[in-house]
Amino acid sequence: MGSDRPLLVEARGLTKRFGSFTAVDGVDFEVPRGEAFGLLGPNGAGKTSTMRMISCVSPVTEGTLRVLGMDPAAHGPEIRGRLGVVPQEDTLDLELTVRENLLLYGRYFDIPRSVTAERADELLRFVHLEDRASSKVDPLSGGMKRRLTIARALMNEPELLLLDEPTTGLDPQARHVLWDRLWQLKHQGVTLVLTTHYMDEAEQLCDRLVVMDDARIVAEGSPQQLIDRYSTKEVVELRFAPGEVDRHADRLAGVGERVEELPDRLLVYANDGDAVLAEVSSRDITPAAVLVRRSTLEDVFLRLTGRTLVD
Amino acid sequence: MASNTTLRVVEHHFTVYRSTWRGSLVSSFLAPVLYLAAMGIGLGSLIHAPARTSHLGGLSYLAFVGPGLLAASAMQIASSESTFPVMAGIKWLRTWHGMLATPIRVRDLVNGEFVWIMFRVALAAVAYLIVLTLFGIATGPMALLAVPAAVLCGMAFSTPIAAFAATQETDQGFVLIFRLGVMPLFLFSGTFFPVSQLPRVLQPVARVTPLWHGVELTRAFVLDRVDWVGVVVHVAYLLAWVLVGWAIARRTFERRLAQ
Repeated sequence: MGSDRPLLVEARGLTKRFGSFTAVDGVDFEVPRGEAFGLLGPNGAGKTSTMRMISCVSPVTEGTLRVLGMDPAAHGPEIRGRLGVVPQEDTLDLELTVRENLLLYGRYFDIPRSVTAERADELLRFVHLEDRASSKVDPLSGGMKRRLTIARALMNEPELLLLDEPTTGLDPQARHVLWDRLWQLKHQGVTLVLTTHYMDEAEQLCDRLVVMDDARIVAEGSPQQLIDRYSTKEVVELRFAPGEVDRHADRLAGVGERVEELPDRLLVYANDGDAVLAEVSSRDITPAAVLVRRSTLEDVFLRLTGRTLVD
Repeated sequence: MASNTTLRVVEHHFTVYRSTWRGSLVSSFLAPVLYLAAMGIGLGSLIHAPARTSHLGGLSYLAFVGPGLLAASAMQIASSESTFPVMAGIKWLRTWHGMLATPIRVRDLVNGEFVWIMFRVALAAVAYLIVLTLFGIATGPMALLAVPAAVLCGMAFSTPIAAFAATQETDQGFVLIFRLGVMPLFLFSGTFFPVSQLPRVLQPVARVTPLWHGVELTRAFVLDRVDWVGVVVHVAYLLAWVLVGWAIARRTFERRLAQ
């Protein structure tokens, strides 16, 4: 807000309906150049529909949307020529080799062959796939396919890179490799818009994010701002045997600022975790396990929606 | 119509085809050789002179069935290229979603796919024609017009079938198309025997199928027995199927891919 950087995405009252179902319900947000912006929310919150409208493949039902300063309805092909899109599901050509996938994709943007060849090699190095250049795509691991998809999305040197759940379904190691590459892109000045339902991903990559729930935006800010605003500094997790959570919840009245009840544990929100622990033991409550940790975006989400992100 | 972006869609197919063309080329020649040997020569040897003069217009059975098979195989190739690849692009491999994230528009995709299918059918038709020439059936230069005729015949199936394919969630509908559409047409639309041999009530049914028009057209060109009024009627009829199918395909593709 109040930034003088040009806005690459600007949505006002953006709405998407499929028949009588409203997938995105009048959301407002903007993404200035150079920012890594996240759409965070559980499955079905409207993240992908929002993404598809920004990537100019899904028409806007209502409201206004400007991408790179242009209206997608009137300038779709022109805008798409300057975007990079990493979709949720891979759309790679399995019959072709890794390198051929890049070359061909570059051609869709009308990039001359000599240029695509050079860029393909450069990008293969960037995503660490140079030694797989001439192997077919089909046998690659999930993480490799994702990296190839990212390389492909960079063939046209996009100003804005859209990533829809870039690491869903990957093992932790593959996710870290991917984050590292995205981090690098961010530092090269590429504007990122990504959706995720992973808190750690949002915290790692996003300068600013909006939390979506049930087709609407329920909060907006930097990860730290959101935590400061909607959560306490620390969280005390008290684990109990199944069925005992209820009973103990009543005995915690007045402890900390707030208590959230999950099926297997109680979360006590407080700025001083140790004080909570002292109070818990003075009330003769004996949890099976205790953990004091810092607040995360997960806690923000729980506070805002009463639900956990990944269930 | 052939914009740059349309050509990119065709280029995609060429790139994939580069790694598979050998097998496809072999089968393009093998299929007509086998069909003509079995039907034309094997079966044809049972059909004797009186039947030829009265029903086949004096033609040998090989000469009768050869051009018919050319049209029928155009139908088959075009139909299969318009079913499973459509499902692959939309759902199985989702490659079309990747393409549509670039400056390529849905209409470019539709046009590019059809241009590609035309090329595939033309390639198969050329192979067929070469085999027909080797069998001594196609002789004059007029036979060359059988290639565009086969393409037209194939596209009369391709565009409406692709339009339908884009509305499907599974490939089960395709089985119906092949069993209840392509297969009966293959057998009863004048490929293997003249439509006049059908029961009287079924004859008009056979004559409204695009394949019958395609068969008549290619047969006229291959054998150089051209009646130009007939040609105009067949071409106009097939063209109507192509264009209506093309227009519907644009709408169904748009509805499916740009929601």
